[in-house]
Amino acid sequence: MSLSLLLEQILNGLQLGVMLFLMSAGLTLVFGVMGLINLAHGSLYMIGAFAAAAVAGATGSFLLGLGAALAAAAVAGVLVETLVIRRLYARDHLDQVLATFALILIFSEGTRWLFGSFPLYLDIPAPLKGPVTFPGGFAYPGYRLAIITIGLAVALALFWLIARTRVGVRIRAGQADREMVAALGVNIARLYTMVFALGAALAGLAGALVGALQSVQVGMGEPVLILAFVIIVIGGIGSIRGAFVASILVGLTDTLGRFLLPLAFGMVMEPSAANIVGTALASMAIYILMAAVLVVRPTGLFGAAT
Amino acid sequence: MIRERHLNALVLGALLALPLWGFWAEAPFMITLATRAAILALAAVGLNLALGLGGLVSLGHAAFFGVGGYAAGILALHAQSFTPMMTWPITIQGTTSMPLIWLVAVVASALAALGIGALSLRTSGVYFIMITLAFGQMLYYFAVALPAYGGEDGVSIYVRNAFPGLNTLRPLPFFAICYVLLGLALLLSWRISVSPFGLALSAARQSEARVRTVGIEPYRLRLVAFVISGAITGLAGALFADLNRFVSPAMLSWHLSGEFIVLVVLGGVGRLLGPVVGAGLFVFLEHWLGGVSDHWMIFLGAALLLVVLFARGGLIGGLTAGSRS
Amino acid sequence: MTAPVVELRGLSRRFGAVEAARAVTLDLRPGEIHALIGPNGAGKSTLIGLTAGSLRPDAGSVLLGGEDVTRLDAVGRARKGLGRTFQVSSLAMELTVLENALLGAVGRSGQVMRLFRSALCDRDLALLARAALERVGLVEEADRRTADLSHGQRRLLEVAVALTLEPRAFLMDEPMAGLGAEGSRRLTGFLDRLREEAPILLVEHDMDAVFAIADRISVLCYGEIIATGTAEDIRRDPRVRIAYLGDDAA
Repeated sequence: MSLSLLLEQILNGLQLGVMLFLMSAGLTLVFGVMGLINLAHGSLYMIGAFAAAAVAGATGSFLLGLGAALAAAAVAGVLVETLVIRRLYARDHLDQVLATFALILIFSEGTRWLFGSFPLYLDIPAPLKGPVTFPGGFAYPGYRLAIITIGLAVALALFWLIARTRVGVRIRAGQADREMVAALGVNIARLYTMVFALGAALAGLAGALVGALQSVQVGMGEPVLILAFVIIVIGGIGSIRGAFVASILVGLTDTLGRFLLPLAFGMVMEPSAANIVGTALASMAIYILMAAVLVVRPTGLFGAAT
Repeated sequence: MIRERHLNALVLGALLALPLWGFWAEAPFMITLATRAAILALAAVGLNLALGLGGLVSLGHAAFFGVGGYAAGILALHAQSFTPMMTWPITIQGTTSMPLIWLVAVVASALAALGIGALSLRTSGVYFIMITLAFGQMLYYFAVALPAYGGEDGVSIYVRNAFPGLNTLRPLPFFAICYVLLGLALLLSWRISVSPFGLALSAARQSEARVRTVGIEPYRLRLVAFVISGAITGLAGALFADLNRFVSPAMLSWHLSGEFIVLVVLGGVGRLLGPVVGAGLFVFLEHWLGGVSDHWMIFLGAALLLVVLFARGGLIGGLTAGSRS
Repeated sequence: MTAPVVELRGLSRRFGAVEAARAVTLDLRPGEIHALIGPNGAGKSTLIGLTAGSLRPDAGSVLLGGEDVTRLDAVGRARKGLGRTFQVSSLAMELTVLENALLGAVGRSGQVMRLFRSALCDRDLALLARAALERVGLVEEADRRTADLSHGQRRLLEVAVALTLEPRAFLMDEPMAGLGAEGSRRLTGFLDRLREEAPILLVEHDMDAVFAIADRISVLCYGEIIATGTAEDIRRDPRVRIAYLGDDAA
């Protein structure tokens, strides 16, 4: 095992991590501020990817595609929030699960109806196509490096938004005490719509960025959604910092697990068996991580202890 | 308004009449549809115990359905290929006997529910939903990573497993088996709901402090309910494998978990026969809407959304206007 | 003097900067009603939580029948014989009145893991539950949905559920609230007789009732017990007058 191979895997894990952060940041805010479980968050990711692929395909501009993804997901977020989600805040979790599950069915079938069953492809923008070579000779794909940079930049911007701006103060106040914020005259409905749209736009951005690495297809958001849930459980509901730490942790565990576990078992087993056992175990690694966190801290690493 | 008891008899009667009519009219697909409805209903009866009585919104019940299905598929695979499942420390052979397969399916899914429940019941609310979903997904990926049992392609059961004295290859006897098991599960869930255990479980859903104050630990109640719930859903999984003569990771997918919840809610959460009504309705919609449009899921989603937003209480609730006599 | 049934020894609990209980020592002796009063925010709810086991103390211990139960939670203390009623009703609202009483009987019997026998058809459980409803005067309401009861009736049902536990001590959090004058008088009469079965630690806002039936009264102020004694002692105590009426009163 060479050092540069390991370094590459670590960067891949980091890239998966920041992408997962884009997904889970919005989810955890919606959980924390509105107390709502939104299964349809993966659909917003998918909408972002489809909008990017369609617009980039038509115009040839990746940046326009990215803008379209942000806009489409945010608009979809505002629509969904005002038409459906708003009626669910006061409902129990079962109703929230069902209604947002219904939204998934509608979005998935609707997208299939619009775009057909065949996957779309989104090209990596030309300047980022090649690898970037670091001093020392280590080379890494430029596009993935760009995703890591964008993800970290968004994370910093979010921290700044929550910690330093008036909107951030309201969001934090909303997490602590919903009635109080409303009583103080903050337009709570608009705050909720804004938070939801922000989360949606971030999910759409994640979908568009990943769309260039994988094929763009119906259902692409759901595995990511479940990973985002795992992240929120590990990080603690409502905590942006928790979501960030847990995202990186999950990204690294998953990527390095798939890379290292078969190698590790290879030291004590024959290669084919080691590959099977290692792969099976690696596919479960992040869930085992989640179980371990649950045993030690049922409210997550950064959740409020009870 | 109709009384719930009469409606229940009507529902069970209709589920029996449909395949008999299909047999008489030589329309075997009717029998298959009814069998599918009965099996999905059985799975939902299991879920209803946790969801309706215990208030545990499990978004991972497909995992138990899949474990039951794989129990059937794996045992049948080994019996059909005459290879032992394991040779050390003891030799275990496959089997094509349904009662044996059911036993294994029930035990295996109960164990899975015990493990998942013991961890996820340490939390509640949104956490519980996300964690059951995550553990379900874990088993899904585990099944995908099992090359010995087909990985993503799953396992085929070439000949439907056998039940002593019945020709299970014919649709009607197989339906009868599923119908009887559904009836037994309904009986079991009714007995549980009126037992001291059921009373305490239901009270724990409504007021946890109340139950603790009379010296009852809610965690234990919920764990037992979750295990029984998972075991019934696992039994349904074994039957589902035999119906399709095929098991794949799709049986563990979280979409199916969501659909189980939909079945329970369409019929009416916590109603004894809610799952049966929900499953019947679901299979009906799937069949007829599926014939009308390839994109029938949009209509299902829209209908579900309307039910949740405007018609809580499900179909039985609507027909009996909330009276539970 | 007989040994106390419930003993709180030096219980303290902080919430952030607030000391909600400061070295509280208090006992409940056989056959007595010991009332706990104090202005709003004095720490009564905290003390109830610490006694019932739903809150953990930072320091101090709780004894039940001479046994240290500090480490037991609410479930454990209920099993050891502490019968608690809630201020804000904790009843299972969708169940019937009888079913709520049955729940207590089930807890008392320890037969909660019986899965296949009907709870309503069990003679022993039903007798226990009905007897409790009879005693608080709710037997006519047995088959009504609990959510349909008035607030006062819910308080009575809380007491009935505690009765089914046949506890060695009662811990009652404002059972009179919402009862009205007539109901309050009847419940006072009932508690007056009940103390012979098991002593009652009574937290109550209804001062007429407290001064009428309490054998001893403790006054809680800013997390501290500032006085304990008979009704007469408490009326005369200058610290109590200050706590309730302000400095001019002394």
